[in-house]
Amino acid sequence: MKKSVLKAVLTLLLSSTASAETVYVTLEKDNALAVIDPIAGVLVKTVPIGQRPRGIALGQDNKFLYVATSDDNTIKIIDADTLSETARLPSGEDPETFALNPDNTRLFVSNEDDSLVTVIDVATRQAIKQIPVGVEPEGIAVSPDNHWLISTSETTNMVHWIDTKSLTITDNTLVDPRPRAATFSADSKQLWVTSEMAGTLTVLDTDTRQIIKKIQFKVPGVTADTIQPVGVVIDKDRRWGYVALGPANRVAVVDAQTFAIEKYLLVGQRVWNLAFSPDQQRLYTTNGLSSDISIIDLNSHKVTRSIAVGRNPWGVVARP
Amino acid sequence: MIVRTLVKLTLVWQALAMTGTVAAESQQIKIAYFSQEQAAPPALSNLDPFIKDKGIPGAELAVADNNTTGQFTGQSYQLDKFSVAINGDVVQAFKEKIAGHYAFVVVDLPADQLNRISAIASSEQLLLLDIATTDDSLRNEQCAGQVLHLLPSRAMRADALAQYMMKKRWQKWFLVIGPTSEDRLYAAAIKRSAKRFGMKIVAEKVWTHTYDARRTAQSDIPVFTQDVDYDILAVADEQGLFGEYLAYRTWSPRPVIGTQGLIATTWHKTHEHWGAVQIQKRFKELAGRWMEERDYGAYLAVRAIGEAATRTQSNQLEPIKAYLFSPAFALQGYKGKPLSFRTWNGQLRQPVLLAAPRSMVAVAPIEGFLHPKTELDTLGFDEPESHCTRH
Repeated sequence: MKKSVLKAVLTLLLSSTASAETVYVTLEKDNALAVIDPIAGVLVKTVPIGQRPRGIALGQDNKFLYVATSDDNTIKIIDADTLSETARLPSGEDPETFALNPDNTRLFVSNEDDSLVTVIDVATRQAIKQIPVGVEPEGIAVSPDNHWLISTSETTNMVHWIDTKSLTITDNTLVDPRPRAATFSADSKQLWVTSEMAGTLTVLDTDTRQIIKKIQFKVPGVTADTIQPVGVVIDKDRRWGYVALGPANRVAVVDAQTFAIEKYLLVGQRVWNLAFSPDQQRLYTTNGLSSDISIIDLNSHKVTRSIAVGRNPWGVVARP
Repeated sequence: MIVRTLVKLTLVWQALAMTGTVAAESQQIKIAYFSQEQAAPPALSNLDPFIKDKGIPGAELAVADNNTTGQFTGQSYQLDKFSVAINGDVVQAFKEKIAGHYAFVVVDLPADQLNRISAIASSEQLLLLDIATTDDSLRNEQCAGQVLHLLPSRAMRADALAQYMMKKRWQKWFLVIGPTSEDRLYAAAIKRSAKRFGMKIVAEKVWTHTYDARRTAQSDIPVFTQDVDYDILAVADEQGLFGEYLAYRTWSPRPVIGTQGLIATTWHKTHEHWGAVQIQKRFKELAGRWMEERDYGAYLAVRAIGEAATRTQSNQLEPIKAYLFSPAFALQGYKGKPLSFRTWNGQLRQPVLLAAPRSMVAVAPIEGFLHPKTELDTLGFDEPESHCTRH
């Protein structure tokens, strides 16, 4: 009897937690963070966060948000409940994109102007190393198995493979022009890299660091040079991958097994970054020029709604 | 034995230090920067100091970028600068210092000088990267297969302005033409664009007044612009002798576009989008001044060679030239679109900025101007219109 009550209460608690999902979006031009209830489809509130916020990440314990406030030259650690600042990390000048290692002890940030990747020890808030990479490093990712740190350089057009233990480059792979974003599959076996100026997605095999597939996006009625892939995510089963195509205003749905392009979903203007809902049932997109986010239902692969959030939405994360 | 071990060690070291996926062999790519000293032009005011080294820091920044990439590909780039004295013989210097020594030459010379050296430069031996001219004739009747043009032509600039005027529906143009032959070429481009985009040139006048306009502008310009019903004043004054004085002094309140007022340019200090902030910062750090058009042209020229050398793993003319003209070539130029060369005349296709002195007003091609291949080809001479037969 007691046990079943407890079970019921637990179930209730769990389900209420699941429905209480929150989406956080950085608003580059409003210097603010938008807090969104995606289930209800409403913007809950907008809070000032710092100058020109761009990259955002959620810590593994879901307690802290990490936000790169580019014009403040820092990455802020924000309490996700109170949205108050708890600490600042020495990111170097103009931080934009960064990545956390799986246990959140280290944060890696691209320093575009200096062709460096800065390694920050999160606990002591110290920069412990700077790794010289190619010109204008942009995309950055850590493999889920914590073996590789990836930096993509936009002008050198390379993927730099950095060993997370030695923090040195051990390999480089030349990819298509202006590599913007990189992401690993959940099993760390594949790395997907988008090339903005070529309109392509490159899939690399982690073991060999070789290119196994290059996918050229083509959208009927949209000229090739408008198709500019940026944000990319792969679901946990590596069934589907999703690529934001920038000013083509579409998200490409890619079959992650066959690498066939399943379809293109029309979203808002200049779609930039992507984030899964915690249960991976939905995908959230930031649409920089239409000042909204789109919500894509991943069972039907349909855009279900858009929510106005503020000026120049840039980064997005979803918190259970 | 020792030698063999050393070779082996070197190979192992290269494989480790360089890359497993890109062929790793130390390879040098030599690029010449060829220019002639220019006399300082008459200055309209003391606001903008004369910049003596326009172009060179752009090339230097690109060489540094290429070398950063080169450390991962086993390539190194060298920039050798040659500047002919004001009264020096450009052709002679070219024959002595460049021909036979360099395959890739960044050329920073006026149109007539470029023509003289391209006439004696063999397309089998070198590639000239023109970073200074805007002449449409060099891209049409007088085109040469060994020349690439980095800056937008006058026609591309005028088309950019016309697209924006069309969007604004400011269709009646009053054209004011300066005294130089360059001004007449700019005016010809304006007239071509007006016709192309359905604008009307309702008046056309040659500026014959004094250039010490500080004294006379207040009385000359209202009279000069009186009795015409027009939407905008288009000015062709490439040297900047009088164009700045037109705004706020016309009879009717009308905006100024062209070589002054709203200008069409490939680079501007107000340009910040698409990563441009990064290169603006990096350039300023290197040169201690803002990046000028010619610096941007030189940057792109050297980066284009770098990009082709990286992709082809070659320092030879033929494969690099072939790559530059191939569909795979896509140069990142901080303009939000991949840049590439038009195969029919060697012109770099690129967005053109429409800038006011302290504000980026628009970027052409303007949305809505469509093209079957790339909207960038709505600017300037498109393939069917080209009179170039040597590319």
